[in-house]
Amino acid sequence: MLLIRCPYCEEERPELEFRNAGEAHIARSANIAGETDDDFEKFFFIRSNPKGIIYERWRHMHGCARFFNAVRDTVTDKFVMTYKAGEPKPSKLPGVAK
Amino acid sequence: MSGAFRIPGAGRFSQAKTARFSFDGQSYAGIEGDTLASALLANGVHLVGRSFKYHRPRGILSAGAEEPNALVEIKRDAARKTPNVRATVQELYDGLDAQSQNRWPSLSFDVGAVNDIASPLFSAGFYYKTFMWPKAAWKSLYEPKIRAAAGLGVSPDQPDSDHYSSRYAHCDVLVLGGGAAGIAAALAAAETGVRVILADEQAEFGGSLRFETGAKIDGQDGFAWAQAAIARLSAMDNVRVLSRTTAFGYYAQNFVGLVERVSDHLSAPGHDLARERLWQVRAKRVVLASGAIERHMVFADNDRPGIMLAGAARTYLNHYGVAVGKNVGIYTANDSAYAAAIDLKKAGVNVAAIVDLRDNPTGPVIDEARALGIEVNFGRAVIRAGGKLRVSSMTVQPKNGGGERTIPVDAILMSAGWTPSVHLFSQSRGKVAFNDETKRFVPGTYAQDCVSVGACNGTDGLSATVDEAYAAGAKAAKDAGAKTAKGTKPKVDASESWSRGMLGAAPGAGPDTTVKAFVDFQNDVTAKDIRQAVHEGMRSIEHVKRFTTNGMATDQGKTSNMHGLAIAAETLGKPIPEVGLTTFRAPYTPVTFGAIVSHARGPLFDPTRKTAIHPWAEAQGAVFEDVGQWKRAWYFPNAGEDMHAAVDRECVAVRKTAGLFDASTLGKIEVVGPDAAKFMELLYTNPWEKLEPGRCRYGIMLREDGFIYDDGVVGRLAPDRFHVTTTTGGAPRVMNHMEDYLQTEFPHLNVWLTSITEQWAVIAVQGPKSRDIIAPLVEGIDMSDEALPHMSVREGKICGVPTRLFRMSFTGERGFEVNVPADYGQAVWEALWAEGQKHGAAAYGTEAMHVLRAEKGYIIVGQDTDGTVTPNDAGLDWAVGKKKADFVGIRGMARPDLVAKGRKQLVGLKTKDPKVVLEEGAQIVEDPKQPIPMKMIGHVTSSYWSENCGRSIALALVAGGRDRMGDTLYVPMPNGVIEVEVAGMVFFDETGGRLNG
Amino acid sequence: MAKAAARKTAPAASPSVERRPALAGRSTSATSVKVEVLPPAERMSLRAPEASVAALSKALGVTLPNKPKTSASKGGRTALWLGPDEWLVIDEAGSDPLADCAKVSVLHSAVGISHRNIAIAVTGAGAAATINAGCPQDLSLDVFPVGAASRTILGKTEIVLLRTAADTFRVECWRSFSDYVFTFLSEGSRDAAV
Repeated sequence: MLLIRCPYCEEERPELEFRNAGEAHIARSANIAGETDDDFEKFFFIRSNPKGIIYERWRHMHGCARFFNAVRDTVTDKFVMTYKAGEPKPSKLPGVAK
Repeated sequence: MSGAFRIPGAGRFSQAKTARFSFDGQSYAGIEGDTLASALLANGVHLVGRSFKYHRPRGILSAGAEEPNALVEIKRDAARKTPNVRATVQELYDGLDAQSQNRWPSLSFDVGAVNDIASPLFSAGFYYKTFMWPKAAWKSLYEPKIRAAAGLGVSPDQPDSDHYSSRYAHCDVLVLGGGAAGIAAALAAAETGVRVILADEQAEFGGSLRFETGAKIDGQDGFAWAQAAIARLSAMDNVRVLSRTTAFGYYAQNFVGLVERVSDHLSAPGHDLARERLWQVRAKRVVLASGAIERHMVFADNDRPGIMLAGAARTYLNHYGVAVGKNVGIYTANDSAYAAAIDLKKAGVNVAAIVDLRDNPTGPVIDEARALGIEVNFGRAVIRAGGKLRVSSMTVQPKNGGGERTIPVDAILMSAGWTPSVHLFSQSRGKVAFNDETKRFVPGTYAQDCVSVGACNGTDGLSATVDEAYAAGAKAAKDAGAKTAKGTKPKVDASESWSRGMLGAAPGAGPDTTVKAFVDFQNDVTAKDIRQAVHEGMRSIEHVKRFTTNGMATDQGKTSNMHGLAIAAETLGKPIPEVGLTTFRAPYTPVTFGAIVSHARGPLFDPTRKTAIHPWAEAQGAVFEDVGQWKRAWYFPNAGEDMHAAVDRECVAVRKTAGLFDASTLGKIEVVGPDAAKFMELLYTNPWEKLEPGRCRYGIMLREDGFIYDDGVVGRLAPDRFHVTTTTGGAPRVMNHMEDYLQTEFPHLNVWLTSITEQWAVIAVQGPKSRDIIAPLVEGIDMSDEALPHMSVREGKICGVPTRLFRMSFTGERGFEVNVPADYGQAVWEALWAEGQKHGAAAYGTEAMHVLRAEKGYIIVGQDTDGTVTPNDAGLDWAVGKKKADFVGIRGMARPDLVAKGRKQLVGLKTKDPKVVLEEGAQIVEDPKQPIPMKMIGHVTSSYWSENCGRSIALALVAGGRDRMGDTLYVPMPNGVIEVEVAGMVFFDETGGRLNG
Repeated sequence: MAKAAARKTAPAASPSVERRPALAGRSTSATSVKVEVLPPAERMSLRAPEASVAALSKALGVTLPNKPKTSASKGGRTALWLGPDEWLVIDEAGSDPLADCAKVSVLHSAVGISHRNIAIAVTGAGAAATINAGCPQDLSLDVFPVGAASRTILGKTEIVLLRTAADTFRVECWRSFSDYVFTFLSEGSRDAAV
């Protein structure tokens, strides 16, 4: 069971309290009704599925109930960092070589 | 006397307390403190089992968790039977009942042993090569036969009546292993005041100090020092000491699973005592002090009962006071076996000879053995053991060939050296490194915040071990946040020192003949099998392992892995690290399902949710159905009624007078804030801004892909407050879906969501008499059609308690849903029921509810929709706001495939024979005469007998369904084809007049 | 805002029907711990942005905590921090917090949940061990001190945990989960002596 740092609760909590919510930083268009089929496909269906660093959404479902973002390494399963929903993608990651 | 082989004055247990036990029906005496293995050995019993494949007689190899052979069944009663228990781990209690396994008709005469004679047939990869065809025979013939013939114990056939507990625990420093290293580390950490957990799998702490009589620490005998240190640790508030506790799994971020055997050692465990306790420990730092495991020598017939590890024999002598024989031989490539010979000799046991494979070893133990008059032979090998049910001799030969000599013995003690126990380190995803000089794998690269100390780290010598462990314990505490350290390091005054030993097959393993020199005892893998695997093309140890099954038994190759690897490497002509070491996986030793399941059985398997009105329904004799975790009243049978009769009666009553229905399980969400309507506009297809407070609307929620996700009636209580209902099953995910959009897509909206599902009990009162039933109990609400029209909501009081009273209908009749605070639910129901009785109302359950709504063509999301149905498909276009610029699903709904012609649409079906009720899920075709496989154009989603319509009714998803009105379609079933006519979805009161009737 | 709804969900002065709380009066005792269902209380789910906190605190008579995993208590009324804009307000003194919030005009959402939740007290030396039978959080006094509050997990369900004393916890759960939670805690208490 992983420990996940909730950026709202400001501490690490057991994974049982959390739920993964898919890839992060996929913005829903303000004019979604006017999107082309291609743009909607990119928004709705296409995910990066990288080997290595992934930006994910998690929800502290059984804690503060907030959605937040996390950077995780899909190879080691380790969380690099977490940050609040709405905050920009971090430009620098602690301890990760570019 | 507790056994003829018990040596007076030896061992650490009072002989006063005798424990009677039975093995294969024969009664024996042991002493409290014994393991089953030590008690059997004390009685001279070495033959305890039969091997997995060849059914060879087997004895006790070890004195610990690594035991591959001595697996028995322990039986407390018919339900509490545990197979495959290691006799070396099972503590003796008075009345213990053990049975040997994998033998028939008896342990000493086993028919299955014919496999041993026929063993050339059963070489490595035998199963893969032999049972290849016909393919179908594998499942029906080969596998059942093989499983019956080969194998371990028999699993119990009754539910386990023991109970198991679990505990999450947190600590700063977790020390795994309670030998000298673990204790030293725990002391160092504990003295700083941080939280420490120390666990060891044995009943007593001390590890190898249990047999190392030469060890002295802080002026005391090593074992006595260990006990004193444990007493000190146990008395500290910041320390938890767990004996009989195995660390079985090392998971991410220092999360370690431990199983504590709480009562397996007790004669009559109290009812409240768990059998086992699962500890799930999160530690800031872990100190691994798991020690080392002795290896056996690989020579012909090295599996005969009476042949065991030298360290085990020392443990039986020094700890349990048991001699493993009267005339023992020693076969070694390592100094440690000399200590066994010396201890036994001093205890009065004859040591026939020491056979040492090494050419000219020197050292104090060798000198001491000689001084005691023990015959010592260098450069010689035991090439064969004599005897069958018990070893009777060892045949010795110079290792480079020459004359043979057979020495009579009743036990052979062997040691090929010690393998560091890197299992937990490997489970932590650490990478082991091969030390070429010492020929062993030791921890290399760490993946987690842990450290290995002592023998499991390849550290030799007690003094170095204690130094290393104490320093590591102190550092772990410091790293975990400790500020002060004020202890003193234990001082090692005397210790034993061992040289290293050998890996792989000894000369006695012979060339590739029929010789059985066992590498893996539990899976019957010989040196020859491993060589053969290489000859047949296996190159990686992972392949050799799977082909031969070496190391794949329940002992996970604790004694065999290194030998197997060395033989494979030698055969391949490669250095050991190039052949590789297989990864160790959890569990370290077998773990019961009971411990894993722990509390989660019976009523705690899963929460069972009941409504506030449940007790009333139960008292009425309702039959319940499971809807998710909820128990819902399915129907309320009167005396003598079957389900159909009850449902028919309930359905008719609702349309004739009225019915009461417990709708409390409906999901309910209160949406509050100045932007509540804006939020509703975005989450539902419908328009909400103009819905007036006090009015309701049927809402549809889509996912972004445009498919229906949920539906429900929503009431607007105030400009800034909506009372939203969801489906019963959808409640949690709908809440999550709404929170997701609110928090991450529309965070600018000032609105909040609160689940009120369980705040309100909901009583649906439906039918022409519904108003007459409710009105007398209501205060402060005008119940007239003008003041309270269909689809409206009012707040007031009923029976003196607050209510949110909805005028709405899921039956097509005039109807109400009375929301009251849950604790009042049953009392208000009873009051309404009493009123209802005056009008002939019935209570109805979920089945009647389904029928009644189907008569009206009201869909149930999840039954009539399946996640691929759009509002248009379901005939619900009217509920989609045409002028809206945005809502979740607006774009998905417009995808080309979702607006294409010929999509499956929800329609009604009427069977040509009105008495025939279709099966839900049945497939629909246009032409029943077409060849199989037929083209299926849809399926039945809902189907019932409708007493109100006097016929069967059904809803179905049919390709282009709305263009097929009146068409005849066919439903092929096993008993023939059913003819149906496509119809509208409303079967009853098409004009809807009864809503105000 | 929200005045109308709040006023009408206030408990009736004289209900003519009986209130039947779930598990009323149930309790069980083991060697080192007692598990007992607590009497009904007034409860409110309060949601509000930071700007509204001062006004709401004043109206409620208890300062809404702004630190994660904390609570504040005054005059029989306790406010538990559940999330950055979410508090569970429990009143055991019989006064309705909804009515107090209804007087406040600052932006907020106040929803009555008195009947949604059930409270179970776990008391005694083995209290933390009892809860740790199914709760994965660290309940040592350093990490989860007196006054600490958190939504979390117990076995297969969600609870809200409040430590009211070194050896006492208040466990809140939804009504229909109360049987499961009570049974789980009872089982845990049997094993809490170690």
